[in-house]
Amino acid sequence: MTKPKSTPKAKPAAKSKPAPKAKPAAKPRPQLPKAPTGIQGLDEITGGGLPKGRPTLVCGGAGCGKTLLAMEFLVRGAMQYDEPGVFMSFEETAADLTQNFASFGFDLNDLVARKKMALDFVRIERSEIEATGEYNLEGLFIRLGQAIDAVGAKRVALDTVESLFSGLPNPLILRAELRRLFLWLKDKGVTAIVTGDHGEVTLTRQGLEEYISDCVIVLDHRVRDQVTSRRLRVVKYRGSTHGTNEYPFLIDADGISVLPVTSLGLQHIASNERVPTGVARLDAMLGGAGYYRGSSVLISGTAGTGKSSLAAHFAEAACRRGERVIYFAFEESASQIIRNTLSIGIDLEPWVRKGLLQFQASRPTFAGLELHLATIHSKINTFKPQVVIVDSLKDFVIGGNENEVKSMIMRLVDFLKTNQITGLFTSLTPSASSLEQTDVGMSSLIDTWLLLRDIESGGERNRGMYILKSRGMAHSNQIREFLLTDHGAELRDVYVGPEGVLSGSARLTQEAQKQAALMIRDQEVELRRIELERKRTTLEAQIAVLRAEFAVQEIASVKIIGQEKAEEAQLAQGRVDMGLSRKEDATASKRKSGPK
Amino acid sequence: MKTNPTQPAPPKAEANRYVLQLFVAGQTPKSVHAINNIKKICEENLQGRYELEVIDLYQQPQLAQGDQIIAVPTLIKKLPLPLRRIIGDLSNTERVLVGLDIRNEA
Repeated sequence: MTKPKSTPKAKPAAKSKPAPKAKPAAKPRPQLPKAPTGIQGLDEITGGGLPKGRPTLVCGGAGCGKTLLAMEFLVRGAMQYDEPGVFMSFEETAADLTQNFASFGFDLNDLVARKKMALDFVRIERSEIEATGEYNLEGLFIRLGQAIDAVGAKRVALDTVESLFSGLPNPLILRAELRRLFLWLKDKGVTAIVTGDHGEVTLTRQGLEEYISDCVIVLDHRVRDQVTSRRLRVVKYRGSTHGTNEYPFLIDADGISVLPVTSLGLQHIASNERVPTGVARLDAMLGGAGYYRGSSVLISGTAGTGKSSLAAHFAEAACRRGERVIYFAFEESASQIIRNTLSIGIDLEPWVRKGLLQFQASRPTFAGLELHLATIHSKINTFKPQVVIVDSLKDFVIGGNENEVKSMIMRLVDFLKTNQITGLFTSLTPSASSLEQTDVGMSSLIDTWLLLRDIESGGERNRGMYILKSRGMAHSNQIREFLLTDHGAELRDVYVGPEGVLSGSARLTQEAQKQAALMIRDQEVELRRIELERKRTTLEAQIAVLRAEFAVQEIASVKIIGQEKAEEAQLAQGRVDMGLSRKEDATASKRKSGPK
Repeated sequence: MKTNPTQPAPPKAEANRYVLQLFVAGQTPKSVHAINNIKKICEENLQGRYELEVIDLYQQPQLAQGDQIIAVPTLIKKLPLPLRRIIGDLSNTERVLVGLDIRNEA
């Protein structure tokens, strides 16, 4: 009996004064020692956890998760860091706590049995209490001290110490005693979480932040446009840097997860790998290979232009490559998407069964933007996909929160890029506004932007597609007609004529006309060829005739020459013969023969 | 002083004795003060029909949890019912008497 008595008493009484001195002495170390919370994300924001050996104030309104944060800190401490804890509750009984936290998978009974945790419920019944003079909280100190010693606790949670104010008289005494309590906790070297209700002027109703100033965390549960989101902010953290933003956090089946989803800067590595789009001709338009891995792709367009179908193509193509895909659907349920894509010949169901494709369908109004982002993060972190599809971004724009949507998408894109995940987003453009203006003005975030539009002509409405931009690749600048057939999306050339872009039946007519024109031209060419042949034949015939005539004339000429020669010879002979007959002398005859 | 409370008390006195526990922490001046106060009040008002137990929580810290003690000194009226807790050094005799249901609210 003497031992437990002396331990709790001796310390608080003797060291409540030196305690503040002892701490600064420990401070000059380069890094403040920290007690990791084990809560996803919180350790990142606080740079390693809560200040070790000091009390931390966690405050916030009703139902914002204070108790859970405190309990998770203890449970994770006990299970992961071998730091037993004492949970002193002023609101819920131990049995209630055990039951409530069983749903998070925390088996408090087991922890208590293994001496990893002590639960103590402090019941204060105002109606039973009569005040008759000065008092102090030594009883509380003794209880806490005993519980701490019983399990060798390194962590303590007091939830919610402010209940004392409603149960006990004389707030002045209480304040003094609480100050003494926090100093005593510090002195004991336990890392404590003290929760407090949100006050109107001060952070907590009773201004506890005056006494606990090493670390203050504010939880918030706010409603905007009938949608709530939970946020966490580290208001102060003495002796340490910390994330100062409001971070959304989730309470799900595994407890709390805080997501430091700020932009992480532009540090991501750009991949040279290309991922096919699932539509062969679209790949061809995108420099022949498709999107870059890890890039962000936006498919925007007016209603019913096939945005989701293109997304489905991409999802299917990724699954075929054996990659994992998460499809965040905000317009249709999973089974509706599967049914609808089946009608254009894309069967997604086998991939769902194989576990390569996961649908996450929910209404955008189901939660606030931050919570959506947090959910997306957490799903991505667990499923580890290579491709993420968000269909559609437009649904997030509720009221005038475009800037928030933009910042959310920026953080999402950064997150995806950092993880080398290809992100494909669809966005609905209202027909009234300019096609190239998306609702959220996110062009700068997007690497490849496909624009789907409807082309109205000749009493028809047809789909057209072109690539508005595609960073880092040579891409087609042409408009293609986009057809949804029973075997998937197809791209066709469109015709640009005097009446504008032709598509649909106009395109078919144009194609027929072109065909006819081609035929006529072919025939004309043939005709010309034949004509030429004919001309050649004629000319050749004429040449032959001329040649024949020439030959005849030649023969005739030769003949005449021959005759003339013969005549001359005859004449000459005649003269000789005449000479002979006139008895010309031999010299004369010789002279005659000379010129011959 | 003695007669007043005893007059409404007799039916109670036979049926229920007063069972009182005073929780203190150590022999501090305040504790001593509270012990002296309650002893005086009991002797003056409940003579012969009360049990008073003084518990030092430093000696028996485990009792703090079982009896839901937060503040000290705390006087618990276990019997007669209803259970009452009287917090403080018991220097205000009037409030102690009201708390013990010995005297109706003044």
